[in-house]
This record gives sequence, C-alpha cells and structure tokens, in this order.
Amino acid sequence: MIEIPPIDWSVVLQLCIIFGGATALLMADLFIPEVRRRVTGYLALAVLAAAAIAGVAPWGCRGHTFSGTIQIDSFSLVLNWIFMLGAAITIVLSFDYLPRHGINRGEYYVMILFAVGGMMLLAQGADLVVLFLGLELLSITLYALAGFAYPRTTSEEAAMKYLLIGAFATGFLVFGIALVYGATGATNLAQIGAVLAEGRIDGENRIYLMAGAAMTVIGLGYKISLVPFHMWTPDVYEGSPTPITAFMSVAGKAAAFAGMTRFLLTALETQREIWVPILAALAAITIVVGNLGALTQQNVKRMLAYSSIGQAGYILLGPLAASERGTEAMLYYLLAYTLTNLAAFGVLIALEARGEAAWNLSDLGGLWQRSPGLAIAMAIAMLSLAGVPPTAGFVAKFAVFTAAWQAGQAVLVFIGVIVSAIAAFYYLRVVAQIFMSEPTREVEISSDRVLAFGIGLSVIAIVLIGVLPARLLNLI
Amino acid sequence: MNQIGFPLVSLIVWLPALGALLLWLLPRDNTAAGRIVALAAAIGALVAAVPLYILFDPSQAGYQLVDRVGWVSDWGLYYSVSVDGISLWLVLLTVFLTPIALLASWGSDVANPRLFQGLILLLASGMTGVFVAQDMLLFYMFFEFTLVPTALLIGMWGSDERRAAAIKFFVYTFAGSVFMLLGIIGLYLIHGQQTGVYTFDLATLLASLQLGAIRIDPLIEQLLFLAFFIAFAVKVPIWPFHTWMTTAHAEAPVSGVVDVAGMMLKIGAYGLIRFNVQLFPNAAAWAAPAVGVLAVITILYSAWVAYGQSDLKRLLAYASVSHLGFIVLGIFALTSQGIAGAVVQMVNSGVTTSALFLIVGMLAARSGERDISSFGGLWGTMPVLGSLTLIMVLASIGLPGLNGFVGEFTILLGAWLSPVLGWGFVLLAVLGVILSAAYLLRMFRLVFMGEVPAERAAMPDLQGREAIVLGALLVPTVVVGLYPNILFGPMQVTMQQLAQTLTQTLASR
Repeated sequence: MIEIPPIDWSVVLQLCIIFGGATALLMADLFIPEVRRRVTGYLALAVLAAAAIAGVAPWGCRGHTFSGTIQIDSFSLVLNWIFMLGAAITIVLSFDYLPRHGINRGEYYVMILFAVGGMMLLAQGADLVVLFLGLELLSITLYALAGFAYPRTTSEEAAMKYLLIGAFATGFLVFGIALVYGATGATNLAQIGAVLAEGRIDGENRIYLMAGAAMTVIGLGYKISLVPFHMWTPDVYEGSPTPITAFMSVAGKAAAFAGMTRFLLTALETQREIWVPILAALAAITIVVGNLGALTQQNVKRMLAYSSIGQAGYILLGPLAASERGTEAMLYYLLAYTLTNLAAFGVLIALEARGEAAWNLSDLGGLWQRSPGLAIAMAIAMLSLAGVPPTAGFVAKFAVFTAAWQAGQAVLVFIGVIVSAIAAFYYLRVVAQIFMSEPTREVEISSDRVLAFGIGLSVIAIVLIGVLPARLLNLI
Repeated sequence: MNQIGFPLVSLIVWLPALGALLLWLLPRDNTAAGRIVALAAAIGALVAAVPLYILFDPSQAGYQLVDRVGWVSDWGLYYSVSVDGISLWLVLLTVFLTPIALLASWGSDVANPRLFQGLILLLASGMTGVFVAQDMLLFYMFFEFTLVPTALLIGMWGSDERRAAAIKFFVYTFAGSVFMLLGIIGLYLIHGQQTGVYTFDLATLLASLQLGAIRIDPLIEQLLFLAFFIAFAVKVPIWPFHTWMTTAHAEAPVSGVVDVAGMMLKIGAYGLIRFNVQLFPNAAAWAAPAVGVLAVITILYSAWVAYGQSDLKRLLAYASVSHLGFIVLGIFALTSQGIAGAVVQMVNSGVTTSALFLIVGMLAARSGERDISSFGGLWGTMPVLGSLTLIMVLASIGLPGLNGFVGEFTILLGAWLSPVLGWGFVLLAVLGVILSAAYLLRMFRLVFMGEVPAERAAMPDLQGREAIVLGALLVPTVVVGLYPNILFGPMQVTMQQLAQTLTQTLASR
C-alpha cells in the first residue's frame, strides 16, 4: 500500500481555480454561439478574478505541499497577480482584435488560462521538475497561440520558429536538470541548496553541477530572451497576433524570470561568486544589444520586440543583486513593464485593421490629430519604457539600479544608465512621430470601447504606481 | 509642517498644474475662457509668492517653509519642498515669467491654444518644482519632467525643423541627466552605508558631509562631482554642449513664449550651485580652473558666433549662452561674491533676455520675418517698442544703472578675488562684455535705425497687451539696477554660510 502524503489544498487553490476554470470553460464554449463569443472571454476574466481573490487569504503565509514541490509565499503570490493582471488585460485587448482578424474562437481564451496556470507553476515551483512542467505548459500554449492567426503566413512562421527554438531550449533545460540531479541527488531546490551549502560537491560532480546549472539557466534564458538566446524574439513577436505578442512579452517573460530567480536564489545561493559575474555579463550584453537593435527599427512592433530584449536585461539586475531589495525591484519592474508594454501593444492593436498591418513608424504620424486618447496612451507608454519620471518605468529603473549598485554591480549600472540614454532616442522618436508629424496615410482606428478601457486602465496604472509606489513596494 | 502651518511652497508649485487640469475640463473651442483660466492659475501662483517673499526670513541660512511628507519611506524618499536664499529669487522669477509668457502667447494665433497653455502651465509647475525640491530624487523627477512639455511645445508649434529640434533637445538633456541619476544613487548609497540612514534629503546629506559624519574618498568625490557636472553642463549649457539650446531657441515658436517659459530659467546653473558646489566643495575646487576655462570659451565663442547671426532668434540664443558662461564663471569662482553675482545674473538675464525674445516675437508677428536684414529704421515707426528694446539691450550689455550691470560686475569681482580663478579669467571675460555690446548694438542698429524698408513703414507700435508684457519686464530691469540690494539682501546669509564652508575647504587644500 502506497501512502499518499497529505495535501494542503490552500497552497494550490489558485492553480486549481485556473485549471478547473479553464477545463470547464473549454466545455462551456461549445454551447456559446460564435456571435456571442465575447461571453467566453468574460467567463475567462471571471476565472482570473476568482483566482486573484483566492490569493488574498493566504497572504503573508508560507507553505508547501505535494512533498515540498509546490510552495506558496509572498513572492509567488505577487507574481501570480502580475500574471493574472497581464492575462486579463490581454483578454480585454483581444475582444475586438479576434473578430477583426477572423479568428474569433473560444479556445483562445482557454489557452491563455492554461498559460497562466503554467506561469503559476513556475512561480510556485519548489522543484526543478515542477519548474519544467510549468515552463512546458506555458510554452506549448504559447506555440499554439502564436500560430492562432493561421491563415496569415507570418503567424504560422512565428509559431514554427517559436516551436523549434522552444524545443531546443527545452532540451537544454531537461539536460540541465538531469545533470544537476546527477551531481546533487536532488531535484528539490531547497535540498539542492542544502547539499551545496555542505560544500561536499567536488571533482567530477562539481563539473556536472556547473554544466547542469548553466544549461538550466540557458533554457530559461531563451524564454526571457537574454542575449545571445534572443534571436527568435523579433520574428516571433512580429508574426504573432498582436495581443499574444503583448502577452508573451510580459507574462511569459515574468514567468521565466520567476523560475530563474527561484533557481538562482534558492538552489544556487551558495555559488554566488560563480553565477553573478556570468549573469552580469549577460545582462550587460542584453541591455546593449536589445537597445541598439531597437535603434534602427522602422517597424514599431519589431522595435518593441528589441526593446523588450533590452528591458529583460534591466530586469535581470534585480535577481543579480541577490538581495531582498533586488527581488523587490525585480517584481516592481515586472509589474511596471507588464502594464507599459500592454498599453503600447494595445495602441498597436487599435491601429491594426484586418489583413493590414499599421506597424510602420510613419503610420503613427499625426495620431494626435486623429485620436488624442491613443496618442497620449502611446506617449506615456514610451516615456515609461524610456524611464522618464513620473511614470512607473522610472521608479522601476531606479529601483533595479539602486539594488544592483548596492550589491556591488556599479559597472553594470553604469552601462545600463548610458544605454538608457541612447534608448531614449528611439522611444522619443515614436512620441515625436505621433505629435509632431502629419499623417501619411489613412489608418482605420478601432473604436471598440472595451479596448479603449483596457488601454486606459493600463495607462492610469502606469502613472499611478509611478507617482505613488510606496504602498506597492511595501506589499512586495 | 512648516512654521506657518500652511503648505505655501507646495501651493506655488502645484497651482499652475491645477490650472492645466482645469483647462482640460473646459470645452476645447472656448478660447477666451481657456485664456482666463490659464492666466488666473499663473497669477494665482504669483500672488501666492508674495507671502512667500514676506515670510522668508533673510537672517536664517537653511531651508525655510518646508513641506515634508513621507513618499517612499522604505527608501528614505520624501516629498519635501522649501526655499532658501539661493532658490527664493529663482522661484519668484519663475512665477513672474509664467503669466507674462501666457499673456504674450495671446498675440500669436496658435493651433489648439488650450493645449499650448496647458503645457506652459505644466512646465511652470515643473520648473518651480526644480527650484524648491529639497530631496535629490524629487529634484531629479522635476528636472526630467520639464523636458516633456518643453519638447512638445517646441515640436508641435515650432518652425520648420521643429521635430528634429525637439528630439535633439530631449535626447541631449536626458542623456546628460542620467549621469545625475548615477550620482544621486551613488551619494545615496554612500551615505546609507556609512551612517545607516538611507536618505535623499539634501539638508541631511549636506550636514553629514560638513560635519564629517561621512567621508568620501577624493577620487569618488570627483567622480560624483563629474556625474552631476555632466548633467548640468549640458543643461546650462556650457560649450561644447550648447548646440541643443541654439537649435531649440531657433526652432521654438517664433512668439518667444516657449523660450521664456522653457529655457530662460537657469535650472542647470542652479543645479551647479546646489549640488556641485554645495555638496562637493573639494571636487569643485579641483575642477574650478577647468570649468573656468570652459566658461570663458562659452562666453567668447557664443559672443563671437552671435555677432555673425542674421536670424534674430539665433542671435539671442547665442547671447543667452554667452550670459550663461558668465554665470558659470561666477559659480566656480567659489567666492560669496561670485556665487551671489551668478544668482543675481540668473534672475537678470532671465528678465532681459526674455524681454528681447518677446520683442522678436512681436516683430515677427507684425512682419512674418525674423531675419535681421528685413528690418531697418523701425524706431521711427515704433518709437515705444524701439525705446524699450534699447533699454533691454543696454541692460543686457551691462550698462550701470540697469540690472545687467549688477550681476556681471559682481561675478567679475568674485572671479578676480577667487583663490582658484584669478585675474586672467576676468580679463578674457571682459572681452565678452565688449563683444556683447558689439553684437547687441549691431542688432539694434540694423533693426531700429537707418532706412525703413517700404513694406515695414506701416508697422503699428505696441498694443495694450504687449505694453503690459514689456512694462512688467521693465520694472525689475530698472528697480534692480538702481537698488540691487533688493536681490542681494535675502540671499546674504545663505551666501555667507556657503562661502565660509568654501573658504575652509580651500584653505585646507
């Protein structure tokens, strides 16, 4: 008779709501006629809301279950909220987009929910196997979502590219996990940490450990799109349906950061001298390559893709600091970045009519005269990405810089600051195009109210948490 | 809360922004109502500044009328605003120039005047905020925030190359100021690590530095100094970082309104005093000769280039940069006379150069031209404007009895007495004074004297609103010239204290 250890359901309550809700929704969608497809979306929002509320009760508690493979703490709760916020805004941004592109299908919303489930596993995972499970669940749903606009060849191309590169990354991750297990005899992050703290790993095992750890980081690095694992990002972001691009660029990235932070700070805490310089170098390259790549882009969607690579480099400064303040800074940055990127992509969605992409920089010309609301939203999003006060982007950059410098990464901060000055140019070019140029051609602008609501909400939040970050930082 | 139990300084800062918010609620096409609301908000701030001047106690050195609220307490970040002897006059200048700029903007027929005035008001709030912020990070936020409305004002209402000028303005200044962010974080962490108190509060930092509660390695101090210096040198601007400013002035709306509201307030020079000299006196003494050389180059080069300009706005832009060279020279004399002269010159040059920019705007509004060769002999057709222009030109040159003389003289005196600069710098700077007489009188001669071109013969003289605008600027020009103590008085104690620290520092080198 196998004895099953007791399960603490409160730890996995949010996960249960998401997975249960997604499964139920998949069935329910069969009975919803296509003309009322939005109902599926609203139900998905309800599931997210229920899961978000379920996170209030366990606030401040710590616990784990399933033999210590899944845990709950404030780190994971905050991340879960960021994922759900990102997913909810993505759904809101999609309502108008899907029918306009003739891909109004209920599975879309269900897959977003499953992706959120995968992200939560990454945030709550206390075991390498769970991290792997979460990453795969997230990736597979994202492959499908990237190709969701399948009649469009670019969407198919994006999905294919993402799948191939993703499979490659998965290979790294699995092999890395296997090597770490071989060296330490454990897959549980805390146990690995304990074994390493004893300091008895040497000789061959040490090599296996290092190789395994490096491969695990590489596997996650693909998802974060750290340079040099970023090559897929611009193509996939450009080809995917725009709401999905937004979703990938924020929530997907946040989830991979969650997993990486857990792995580095729980399992490899004691090996800091080894991984900090390596990741610092990667962060520096990522910041430089991402931002310089964005500098020459005329296509706004590609520019945002490169910008998101650069932003990932800045976010990495948080975990690099390996301090409470660093983690706090990373979480704040992730939230600020989520809101900002969603607002920016939201504006692109509003400009995108069926079969015709309005992503060229010149298509934004004179947006101010045609749609002042969208113009202001895009301007605030760009200023936030550039890190101009009083937006959330500024507070986020300040927080990661301070944390990293405090941890002795002054050179890295210096590079980050210089590059952020260069980056201001391409962000500002968008603002200048919107306010100071004449329209070049007529672009049909969506007048969907829900879409406007989603963008408006994000923009207000950007300014609000930029001006009053105190409460939020205390929470984190 | 401060000694009067009322957030007076905050009121002055936020009243214009509140006005901008109100404007936004007004219907878009109601131009008259928009003008009145905007002007009322600006005048409200000006009126609120009167009790500020009265309540300010000139016998005390430190920060007065402090409004302080916890903002991000975990980081030691406070919303904390106040005035001291250095910032008082700059705040007064800001609230004085804002209604003038708004009133002057009524003349030009801009598209979407509601937005234009709203941005001017936001800019006024940002500028005032820069001068009153007593917390480093708050200062940085205001400093950066002023870029957004200025860039939009230049880029949306400017001349042909406005877009490029707006981007250049923003990117140049932003690139400079990120170094300041580095400096701020560095100083914040050093103070936190040595005392355990993480704070951005300038008064606390200054006290710790002066009392020796924290010790900064000379090399680190020099690096911190440089971080702040790059930001402010670009903002001032000092040669060779000046190109953004001449482009911005040349492309800014021809009425001169944005030049007045956005660039006449010397926040860069203020930053040099507040951060570079006050916080890092050692490094300031170390850098002073080099900065002095840059300042002299700025004075002479800009004056030389100004002489060759045919575009009136470009000419004034270079004139303005040349004046800023004097201000920087005064600051880095590191004597009480030099710094006091610099502050006085910041106010005076703000007044007179503003007036000249607005006069060019008035000429352009009548003729559609701003090229110097398209005018001539206007003194005959526009006697009042001609006379006012002459007064402003003479004040700007530094004629005794008008305000420009006071600042320039004190700066040169301070530089002469300075232990770090000396008479060589003064000798070269005096050449700048002569050159300024040359290019400004040339401008006056070509525009107002000689033959009147036929198509300019019927240009009307000053109208009521314009007379109010220039008349308001005339008052300080004459009053300060005749009774300079009105400016020097309130800042005396602050300057003495600053000079005392500097003298000690210089003596111990």
